[in-house]
Amino acid sequence: MRLPRLRPWLSGLRPRLVLSFAAMTLVGAAAAAGASYVTARTTILQGVQDPAMVQLRDQVTAYLPQMTLPPDQRQLDNLADNLKGTTVAIYRDLHSRSGLDPSTLPADLRQEVAGGATIQFKRVIRGDTPLLLVGMPVLQPGDNGVAHTGVEVYSMVSLAAQQTAIDQLATRAWQTAALALPIAVALALLAARQVLRPVRALNTAARKLGHGQLDVRLQATGSDELAQLVTTFNSTAAELERTVGTLRDMEADARRFVADVSHELRTPLAAMNAVTDVLDEDAEQLPADTAVAARLVSAETRRLTRLVQDLVEISRFDAGRAELRLEEWDVAQGVTDTLAARGWTAADGIVTDLLAGVVATVDPRRLDIVVANLVGNALRHGEPPVEVHLAADAHTVTLEVTDHGPGIPDAVLPHVFDRFTKADSARARSEGSGLGLSIARENARLHGGDVEAANTGSGARFTLWLPRHPRPGETR
Amino acid sequence: MAGVAEVLVVEDDAAVREGLQLALRRQGHGVHTAGSGEAGLDLVRKHQPDIVVLDLMLPGMDGFETCRRMRALGEVPIIMLTARSDDFDVVAGLEAGADDYVAKPVEPRVLDARIRAVLRRAVSDHDARAGEVERHGELVIDRAGMLVRKRGEQVALTPTELKLLLEISRTPGQVYSRQQLLTAVWDHDYLGDSRLVDACVQRLRSKIEDVPARPDHVQTVRGFGYRFGRS
Repeated sequence: MRLPRLRPWLSGLRPRLVLSFAAMTLVGAAAAAGASYVTARTTILQGVQDPAMVQLRDQVTAYLPQMTLPPDQRQLDNLADNLKGTTVAIYRDLHSRSGLDPSTLPADLRQEVAGGATIQFKRVIRGDTPLLLVGMPVLQPGDNGVAHTGVEVYSMVSLAAQQTAIDQLATRAWQTAALALPIAVALALLAARQVLRPVRALNTAARKLGHGQLDVRLQATGSDELAQLVTTFNSTAAELERTVGTLRDMEADARRFVADVSHELRTPLAAMNAVTDVLDEDAEQLPADTAVAARLVSAETRRLTRLVQDLVEISRFDAGRAELRLEEWDVAQGVTDTLAARGWTAADGIVTDLLAGVVATVDPRRLDIVVANLVGNALRHGEPPVEVHLAADAHTVTLEVTDHGPGIPDAVLPHVFDRFTKADSARARSEGSGLGLSIARENARLHGGDVEAANTGSGARFTLWLPRHPRPGETR
Repeated sequence: MAGVAEVLVVEDDAAVREGLQLALRRQGHGVHTAGSGEAGLDLVRKHQPDIVVLDLMLPGMDGFETCRRMRALGEVPIIMLTARSDDFDVVAGLEAGADDYVAKPVEPRVLDARIRAVLRRAVSDHDARAGEVERHGELVIDRAGMLVRKRGEQVALTPTELKLLLEISRTPGQVYSRQQLLTAVWDHDYLGDSRLVDACVQRLRSKIEDVPARPDHVQTVRGFGYRFGRS
C-alpha cells in the first residue's frame, strides 16, 4: 500500500532531479574509484613482481658457473638452497627436495617455462593467501645463441601484505564515493530549487491567468529555456488579455446598445401609454373596426411597455447597476402581498403553504418581482393548481412554485432562464416579455441565492432559494 | 377638493406632454404644460399650481435644478418623472426636494393616484381639535391649523414633510417602519420605495432640527425606521 503514495511523490520534478543527480554521482564515483583501484593495484603488484624476478634471475645467473649438465639430485638441491625464499629447481623427473612442491605449480606456468626462453610469473590464491609464482628456465650459451638446459627454477613469494594494502585502497575508494553522495544530493536540491523557482512562479501565474487575472506578467531573467518560457507566457497572456478585452468591449457595446434602445423607446412609449386609457374608454363609441383597432393598439402598447421595462431592468443587471436595498422582511407576508397585489387568488388555482414567521434580510421589491414572475409564469405556462410553498432553515429561505401542466420540454430545460426562451413556439406570443425568468434569476443571484427549474413528472417546479441573512460579500 | 387640481406638467417631449395633458384632463384636473425648466418656473410663479409633474431630463436647466428653484419659490408638491429610474436619479431628485417619483413610461392611473395622494396631505388632521397645540421643546405643532412653529417662527414645510411630521409625532417614542410611513404619508399601499422616507426625513430635519446630523426630534432607529423624540 506504500507504492501508490510513493508514486505521486516520485513523479515530482524535484525528487527526479535528486535521484538523477545521486545516480550520476554514484556512477561517477564508482568509475573514478574503480580506475584508481586498478592503477594502484597494478603499481603495488609490480612493485613486488619486478624485484622478485630480477632477484631470481640474478641468483640463478650467479650459481650457473658451478653447475654441470645434466645436473644430478645434489646439484639441484644446491641450486635451490642457494636461492632465497621458497624455491624449487627441476630437471626432467628430478627436483630439489626441500622448499616448493613442484606438483603444486600450475601446469600452464610449467609449460611456458619448460618451452620458453623467458622468465614467467603467475599469481594464484592458495587457501586465503595470494601468492606470486615466478619461474625461469636455466639457459646456457650454445651454438646459435642460447639454449635451454632443461633446468627450471621456481620461486614463491607471498602477496598477503600487498593484498591488505589493496583491500584498504578499495575500502577507501568506496568511502569516498559514499561521502560524495550526500554532497551530490545537497547540490541536486540546490539546483532543483534554482530550476523550480521560476517553474513555480510560472505555475502561480498560469493559475492566476486561469482565474481571469489577465494582467499577470512575469519577470524574464537570463536567456535560458525557462526565460524563453516566461517570455512566451507573457506574450500569450498579453494576447489573451487583448482578445478578451476586445470581446468584452464588444459585449459591453452590444449591451449598451440594448440599454440605449430601450431608453430611446421609453419616451414615445410614455406618450402612447398616457393615452391608452383614453382609447379604451372611448372605444365603445367608435365604429366597430376602429374600436377593435383602438383596443389592439392600446393592448399592444401596454405589452410593448412591459417588454421595454423588462429590457431596461435586464440592462441594469448587465451594467452592474442593480442595487440591493436589504430590509428585515416577513417573507410569508411578502409573498401573500405579492399575490394579492396581482389579484391572484385561490380562484386562479393558487394554493399557498407558507411557513409563518420567516423573517429574512431581503430586498422586498426584488423579492416581489421574483415571486410575481415565478407565479405568473406558472399560471401562464402550467395548469392549476399552482402550489406556492415556503420553507426555511436557519440559513436559507426556499420558495417552491409548482404547477401541474405539461412541464418543461427536456430540450428547453437547460435554457429556461435564457432571455426570450419560449417553451412552445406555438405559444410564442404569450403575455410575458420572455425576460421574466431571466429577471427572476438575476434578482435571486443579486441576493446571493438562485432559482432552479425542474420537472416533477406532473408539472414544472421552480425553486427559489435565498440566504436568510446574507453577509456583505455574499450578495453580488 | 375631490382630487381636481391645477397640475403643471414640465416635459420637453411634445408627444409625452400632450399625452399626459390629455390623460390628466380626463381625470378631471386642470393642466398647464411647459417644455422647459425655465418656462415651468415662470408658470409656477404665474399660476401657482397645486402640484408639479416634472421630467428630470430637460434641455437647458435640468430637472434637478428646476426642482431646487421651485422649492425656493414655495412649498408646491413635486412629482418627478424619471425616464431612467436609475437609483442615482431617484436619490438626486429626492434630495433636490421632490415629494414622490414615477418611472416612465407612466400609467396615467398611477400618476393620477400619486397626485391625489400628495394633495390629500394638504388636508388638515380631522382628529385634532382647533386651538389645541402640542409642544415638543422649542417645536410647536398645531394639527388643526396645519402649522409648525420653532421658537415662535413658522417653519415652511411642504405638505409631504408636514404630513410626515404629523404622523410620526402622533405617538412620540413609538418606532415607525419605513413601510408604515409610506402607507400613512405617501398612500403607497404596497412596496413603496423606502428612500422616499429617508429623503423626506433629511429635508424635515434640515428645517426643524438645530443640528440635522444630531437630531433631537426625528430619530433614526437603525434597521427599523424612525421615532419622534426620545424613547
